[in-house]
Amino acid sequence: MSRSAPEVTVVRTSTANLASVVAGFERIGCRVRTTADAGRVARADRLVLPGVGAFAAAQGAIASHGLEDPLRERIERGRATLGICLGMQLMATGSEEAPGTPGLGVLDGVAGRFETGEQEWRVPQMGWNRVIPARGCTIVPPGYAYFANSYRLTARPAGWEPVWCEYAGRFLAAVECGAVVGCQFHPELSGAYGALLLNRWLEA
Amino acid sequence: MRPASTPSVDRAVATMLPVRIIPCLDVRAGRVVKGVKFKGLADQGDPAALARAYEEQGADEVVVLDVTATTEARGTRLDTVRSVRARLSVPLAVGGGIRGVEDAEALLEAGADKVAVNTAALRRPDLLSELAARFGTQCVVLSIDALRVGGAYEVVVRSGTERMAVEATRWARHAVDLGAGEILLTSIDRDGTRSGYELPLLRAVREAVEVPIVASGGADDPGHMADAVRHGADAVLAASIFHQREWTVGRVKEALAALGVGIRP
Repeated sequence: MSRSAPEVTVVRTSTANLASVVAGFERIGCRVRTTADAGRVARADRLVLPGVGAFAAAQGAIASHGLEDPLRERIERGRATLGICLGMQLMATGSEEAPGTPGLGVLDGVAGRFETGEQEWRVPQMGWNRVIPARGCTIVPPGYAYFANSYRLTARPAGWEPVWCEYAGRFLAAVECGAVVGCQFHPELSGAYGALLLNRWLEA
Repeated sequence: MRPASTPSVDRAVATMLPVRIIPCLDVRAGRVVKGVKFKGLADQGDPAALARAYEEQGADEVVVLDVTATTEARGTRLDTVRSVRARLSVPLAVGGGIRGVEDAEALLEAGADKVAVNTAALRRPDLLSELAARFGTQCVVLSIDALRVGGAYEVVVRSGTERMAVEATRWARHAVDLGAGEILLTSIDRDGTRSGYELPLLRAVREAVEVPIVASGGADDPGHMADAVRHGADAVLAASIFHQREWTVGRVKEALAALGVGIRP
């Protein structure tokens, strides 16, 4: 007798790097299906919104498949949803990368580009950085996570527990609210740390 | 451990992320190989097993280069990428034989997180903008193989067999303008020689671009890696010292930390 494998649904948009996300969940024993279907996005027990690439293209792909409302509704109802990297930014009000293209708006804030000033901060931020969850966080652990981003949110959105990180100033590494989590970093590429996070999300 | 060739590192290093230690798997016909100055390739093992072992040792990322893909026009080995991805939970960059957006897309669908382009980008620089527009700059690595010619560095392609009469720092700057989000910078003069990275090359490219630079070619010990960091590298790539088991990634990190270089514990 074996316990049935947890099932995870991953939103398939044309710009996302699906394979790493799918492999990340498969490595921890999940059954993974991908979809761009609004009904499946609405019904999925556990949904992942991945994302790499440009904000406008990703938002356009979500809109063209009619996924905005089902995504917004399930997040507002607190159903288990994990936005990764650009997937977290898509949850926000918008991004300086694409002025005039609204995001889902469930996170109050606009993603801005890292401000490097005179110092030698590289953009994109590419590598491992230490993340520090606020006391109220239950899913995102403290530790080193892998980032590959040029844009980020900097202010704590009302109603969300923040996870902080430093890179050319303080920014939001992640946010969580119950079983809804947005990660600016890539848990699927963050080794044992990332696997711990994904397992905690599966149990949330 | 040998005495370090660098007692300390620049203050500027303190503002960086932990330096990434990146084992490189040069793959041919589904096996990891390693040569000297891109020649005399010898079998080093199974790519997925090696990648997993390196992750367990603390590797921050893994690079797979199909070193024969371009010269033998075989395309890139998607099966290798799939098998590595199934076992690897840190970032995977893949290069070799990428000629167009479709090649890159196939690699990403097989499980790569970044693609490294070299020859095709020199022949058609717009490839970099196309890749960046489609997948984002964080996904686009420009691989530069540089050869010292007099006091400057010239770009060479086709696994080091063809000189391009293009100056390396100029090409790096142009490529970043087009959309490259990282530079994988290999010294042909140092590759496999274990005599240390080509530091003036690193410094020159560092001064030319603001994106992360991965130093490659010539590492023999952590002292060399600390030198590379001091000369502008954000990450250090090595193959021989790991394949031949003289150093584990973990021991390299301990030694770097002792030299004052920030690493991911």
